[in-house]
Amino acid sequence: MLFPFFQWCEASTVGNAIRQSLWAFAVIESIHLLGLAAIGGAVLVVDLRMLGLGLRRQPIADLARSVHPWFVGSLAVMLVTGVGLFLSEAVKCYYSTPFWVKISSLALAITFSFTVRRKIALADESRIHPIWYKLVALVSLALWFGVGAGGRWIGFSG
Amino acid sequence: MTAFVQWLASTPGSVALHESLYMYPLVESVHVLTLCVFVGLAAILDLRLMGLTLGRTPVSEVARRLLPWMGFGFTIMVITGVMLFYAIPVRSYHSVWFRTKLILLVLAGLNAWLFHARIWRSVSNWDLDPVPPAAARVAGTASLVLWAGIIVTGRMIAYNWFDCDKPQPAAIVFAASCDSYPK
Repeated sequence: MLFPFFQWCEASTVGNAIRQSLWAFAVIESIHLLGLAAIGGAVLVVDLRMLGLGLRRQPIADLARSVHPWFVGSLAVMLVTGVGLFLSEAVKCYYSTPFWVKISSLALAITFSFTVRRKIALADESRIHPIWYKLVALVSLALWFGVGAGGRWIGFSG
Repeated sequence: MTAFVQWLASTPGSVALHESLYMYPLVESVHVLTLCVFVGLAAILDLRLMGLTLGRTPVSEVARRLLPWMGFGFTIMVITGVMLFYAIPVRSYHSVWFRTKLILLVLAGLNAWLFHARIWRSVSNWDLDPVPPAAARVAGTASLVLWAGIIVTGRMIAYNWFDCDKPQPAAIVFAASCDSYPK
């Protein structure tokens, strides 16, 4: 049922243009990778802090609020470039297990980041048991790890 | 150097790494993920130096608390990076992208050293400033730009547009030492 949609994506104007250009895929991929590094920093600073590591003298809410624009910004860059990369090889992605791992992790990571994690991060620290912070940080790290590792592995398959 | 990389390519470890079905992708994945840790956290420090984030956190606090994690990421990134080179020594040595990346790495190191030796000495004067002085902002910007360049040129090594095994313009032949590329 999904397959015709993937075929349509691959045949789209943007998908065609990227696939036929010598440089487009590489350039978009590089920007995608820069976004990955940036989002890595923005996620890690807060997750480390929730684990009681890194900038542990700073209030969690302060860190989360301060880093949030960079998190959202790099996520936007990753999504835009990621869609471009996907359109250029949608059919390959359809048959790629790493792609499905990545896209599922991504959906979960985004949902988790903007709901549970954000709520916990901005909450009054005295009212949250430390175990919840640790749990949220570990789930966040695991999900983003799935996104990064799955994404890298798309390039190795097929 | 040419003889050295050719010898390196002939060693059993290099051949094994190059031909392995899972080891090479695994090493490359670890390289990318630890890059994400190191450059990601370095970017946070750079942005703090530029006055663009964590304005309420002292600069020295950001540096001191994140440095161990950056060191962890950097170490594994360098080890896996050396392994990736070891797997494909001849082609990498003759890659303009790889050579540019090395130059940028040296510049990034130089920038970090200069920052540490000069600007960092006076950190107690501007530690709490949400926007540090111009010299610190410049150092942060330089670091960010250089590491972005290192990531991009590193990624480009995988593409064969400028490989010596096909006809190249004189500038590439010179920059990649294509004359000594094994036929």
